[in-house]
Amino acid sequence: MTTTVDNGVNVKHLLDAREALKKQPEAAQFVWKAKSKWERGVNTTITVKEFYGLGEDREHKDESVFKADHPDVFGAEDNGITPIEYLLVGLASCLTAGIASVAQNRGIQLRSVEATVEGRHDIRGILGADPDVRNGYNDIKVTFHIDADASREEIEALVAQSQKRSAVFDALTNPTDVTVEVA
Amino acid sequence: MANSWRRERWDSLRLLTPNWQSRLPGYHYDGPDPDGYMSMPEVIKFIEGYAAFTRAPVRTGVNVTSVRRADDGYHLATSDGEFRARTVVLASGACNRPNVPGLSEGVPPEIVQITPFDYRGPDALPEGGVLVVGASATGVQLAAELQRSGRQVILSVGEHVRMPRVYRGRDVLWWMDHSGVWDQRYDEIEDLTRARRLPSPQLVGTPERMTLDLNALTAMGVELVGRWAAVRDGVALFSGGLRNMFTLADLKMNRLLSTFDEWARENGRDDEVGPPERFEPTRVPSSARLRIDLRSGEIRTVLWATGFRPDYSWLHVPVVDDKGHLRHDGGVVVDSPGLYALGLPVLRRRRSTFINGIEPDAREVIDHLAGHLNHAA
Repeated sequence: MTTTVDNGVNVKHLLDAREALKKQPEAAQFVWKAKSKWERGVNTTITVKEFYGLGEDREHKDESVFKADHPDVFGAEDNGITPIEYLLVGLASCLTAGIASVAQNRGIQLRSVEATVEGRHDIRGILGADPDVRNGYNDIKVTFHIDADASREEIEALVAQSQKRSAVFDALTNPTDVTVEVA
Repeated sequence: MANSWRRERWDSLRLLTPNWQSRLPGYHYDGPDPDGYMSMPEVIKFIEGYAAFTRAPVRTGVNVTSVRRADDGYHLATSDGEFRARTVVLASGACNRPNVPGLSEGVPPEIVQITPFDYRGPDALPEGGVLVVGASATGVQLAAELQRSGRQVILSVGEHVRMPRVYRGRDVLWWMDHSGVWDQRYDEIEDLTRARRLPSPQLVGTPERMTLDLNALTAMGVELVGRWAAVRDGVALFSGGLRNMFTLADLKMNRLLSTFDEWARENGRDDEVGPPERFEPTRVPSSARLRIDLRSGEIRTVLWATGFRPDYSWLHVPVVDDKGHLRHDGGVVVDSPGLYALGLPVLRRRRSTFINGIEPDAREVIDHLAGHLNHAA
């Protein structure tokens, strides 16, 4: 008897793409884009719609709008989450997508995947209060609670593999060359 | 003869495989220490012994400088004249040149950079800290030797293969050999590219049969950092993903040990070996450093144990892919009839690169070669 595992991930699409892009590395070059606009204070609105991939300009179905601000303990109006919190949003969603994809590929049915993400941040760095403190996170901890038809070891392997293939995990754990310029 | 063992290995190296696994067609180790590991002089003697035993017409001291296609075969230029051959077997292996990543260019000039090809022992290195890059067999062995020499070693760890030296009382390679893991064929492996790129397991051949995993290195005082990602203004930056490197290797080792346990149970071998064991997970350093200033004087030497690659600069036949690897199907170079390879990683089975792995591969490849000659004739 075989049961069909369905985590809602189109693994065949991903595996086909992997094979196709092996032969066409230029088509694999994507550019992700965001546009931001200062509102007032430390409040910014960011919109994301366009991206480039598979050799041409593309668009998401809908435009997404994000508000970034700072909480009132920073003397701000708290119209949205803090920019550094967006990194947690990216990390959690990327690892979770990875878990779903790897589980689908390995024939593991997921029932629930929940994560708590905590980034420890010494804000003396950004305030310039101590030059020895870095601006970014000191460390980040992700704790997954996963209910699935699998052993604990298989679940740990899912989580490990999702880190291994995660774009955001890589972007956070390895340095990236960043250029910021005035047009 | 045995040139790479003679000239391209460090002095303290011993084979990873126990002596009883040193077997070639019709010839095997028959000394007093079947569970020991050959030193380099012993390996050279073993290979010389095989040459004498087979009386194969080996021409020693000859460099092949060029192989190109000729009408019905190949034309070879060598330091001892020109040859024509209807078939050629490439047996030059996968480890002709050390891999050194591009980020080496950002290392400040006052730091000595060496590869395992230049390294014979600690004495030639400056005093002071050593950054060993890579945690395969080479990396862990040299990290241990340099730490013992009194130098502080920092080991940069990426993906690695963890193994105990002895499992349930038997050499871990006894298990690989007997349980069938090493016999897994290349056409049965789901991700062959990955299997062929796998780093060598963290093993060392010592009389004490010691395990040389990262926990053993940490206990010796070696400091672990993540994969070396970049150099910025003389500062080395290491990945913050070290924990997951440990987790992946621990999980993978445990799956391998479970495979052994299952094999022992199903084949009635449980009584002749010890009880199943599980080992302490790799200990995570309380805070692995993400950056080391290479100009501070802490690091005097960088040792690149970042793997090896084949050298096909002399092979003027278009059968090498853009990553520098030979395109072949189980040692048969399909794109160029009459051209064959032996001794590459997972050529036809997982044991392909071990001394004991050559026999079954060679039989199959030579069968094909003989068929090609008959067909062509």
